[in-house]
Amino acid sequence: MIKVEGLSKRYARTVAVDQISFEVSKGEIVGFLGPNGAGKTTTMRILTCFLPPTAGAASVAGFDVLTQPLEVKKRIGYLPETPPLYPEMEVREYLYFVGRLKGIPKSDIATRVDEVSERCAVTDVRTKLISKLSKGYRQRVGLAQAIIHNPDVLILDEPTAGLDPKQILETRQLIKSLSGAHTIILSTHILPEVEQTCEKVIIISKGKVVATDSVHNLTNRLRGSEAVGLEVEPPQGSAGSAEIQQRLEQVPGVSRVLLRDSRDGRYTFEVESLQGRTVRGDLARSVVEAGWNLNELRPVALSLEEIFLQLTSSDETQSPVGAK
Amino acid sequence: MKNIWIICRKELKSYFASPIAYGLMAFFAAISGYFFYVITAVFVQRGIQSQMMGQSFPMDVNEWVVRGFLSNVSVIGLFLIPMITMRLFAEEKRTGTIELLVTSPVKDIEVIAGKWLAALILYAGILLISALNLAILFLYGKPDWKPILVGYLGLLLLGGALLAIGTFISTTTKNQIIAGTATFAVCLLLWVFDWVSYETTTWAKVMSYLSVVAHFEPFSKGVLDSKDIIFYLSMIFLGLFLTARSLESLRWRS
Repeated sequence: MIKVEGLSKRYARTVAVDQISFEVSKGEIVGFLGPNGAGKTTTMRILTCFLPPTAGAASVAGFDVLTQPLEVKKRIGYLPETPPLYPEMEVREYLYFVGRLKGIPKSDIATRVDEVSERCAVTDVRTKLISKLSKGYRQRVGLAQAIIHNPDVLILDEPTAGLDPKQILETRQLIKSLSGAHTIILSTHILPEVEQTCEKVIIISKGKVVATDSVHNLTNRLRGSEAVGLEVEPPQGSAGSAEIQQRLEQVPGVSRVLLRDSRDGRYTFEVESLQGRTVRGDLARSVVEAGWNLNELRPVALSLEEIFLQLTSSDETQSPVGAK
Repeated sequence: MKNIWIICRKELKSYFASPIAYGLMAFFAAISGYFFYVITAVFVQRGIQSQMMGQSFPMDVNEWVVRGFLSNVSVIGLFLIPMITMRLFAEEKRTGTIELLVTSPVKDIEVIAGKWLAALILYAGILLISALNLAILFLYGKPDWKPILVGYLGLLLLGGALLAIGTFISTTTKNQIIAGTATFAVCLLLWVFDWVSYETTTWAKVMSYLSVVAHFEPFSKGVLDSKDIIFYLSMIFLGLFLTARSLESLRWRS
């Protein structure tokens, strides 16, 4: 549905988006994750034909954003970071205007406005002035505006920014309910949001894509299992690393043992456990019962936030898991 | 075409949703009404005077009242234009709604034309108030209606040209006040260019040719000259063309 190839966007001095490529297939909800200034908004603006790319190509539903912008625009519903609302208009009047602008015929517009008002739960404020609405309602009117012409693709730029927790929950549910019929790209810098609403995630940092994966894989890879780091010191070299490793592997619940470091007869291991198992106590007991010194025992499980920081921080960290 | 009308209707609604339109109308009604009163009073006085002195040269209402009145209206118009155009794009840029317009399946030129047309309609509506004054002339005299019509056509063309320039200036900033002030400055400049018309150097000729008010002079007399019409039409075209370029550059630079 959406195809982005080698897309770059340069401003006078800065490179906002650098050679990014990704694909989104029909009906997917994709989270666009990255810190502020990573290039999320720029990428979205290119997809919506608001900005032209400096290099590379992007297409929506087979139409190129540069050569066939009108066709692309017809198929896209876009909610910018600040909903594009006219404060002096009534909600109904506004949706009517946007609907007509997006090419809904006069005969269908009234029913369509009612439908999206219902869908986005703004029916009760439809005769109110937009300037009198709360932030949550404004966001929903913005969403209603984006889906009014029933577009194939929905592009939502930080749809939950600035909302209170209850509104965030409602907005997320609303977005989820829209999936299936629409292909959705939403940007955010909040990790749990991606986890809860998206199927696929594209992590972007400094204009580059640093990871693309399904949310399921990513969370599994990152925090599905608990990892424990331990430093073992067998007295006077009474045991080698292989021996220790073997003993640790026998502890119930342990799935993998990795030797990280060995120095002066001290061995550092990283132990991963099966999902939902806590093995720290058993590990400690096992080491002590063998007569070895247990110098250190600490959890190394990285939270999603840490992974995210690692992936997106400036120094190039090698692998997301276990990098210390 | 349909899109132009959709945009135009929305703009008109916005004008009338705020006090702008009403304020401008009231301001214009008061000022133009005052000028009309003064001009008519002078005319009536002169009429009585010449009658008392037994002179009987014909006094033409069109010549004495309509022409002077329309000239005044054209100058008052200069003050209205910035207030009409300043918000057109500046406001959309400030609130971010420009993103909605630009990402909707409409052409830039349709957006621009719609907005300009709305401004022109509001301007025409305001002018209509001044026509009420002239209607009084028909109650008590027999003015020729054709020169009046030509005069109003001239006012519309003059307004259209300045509105197009104002629309362009509005795309260059997010700040309505700046847009309004700059437009006012340009309007004023295009007016005062006329003041050098007595000079005969080439520069002065070029400058006075650019004066929007000088080109209105024939219209106020009821003279329809193709050269003035072409001047205004090319000003309108230039203004809207610059607007389109400016809107486009907004995306390349942003």
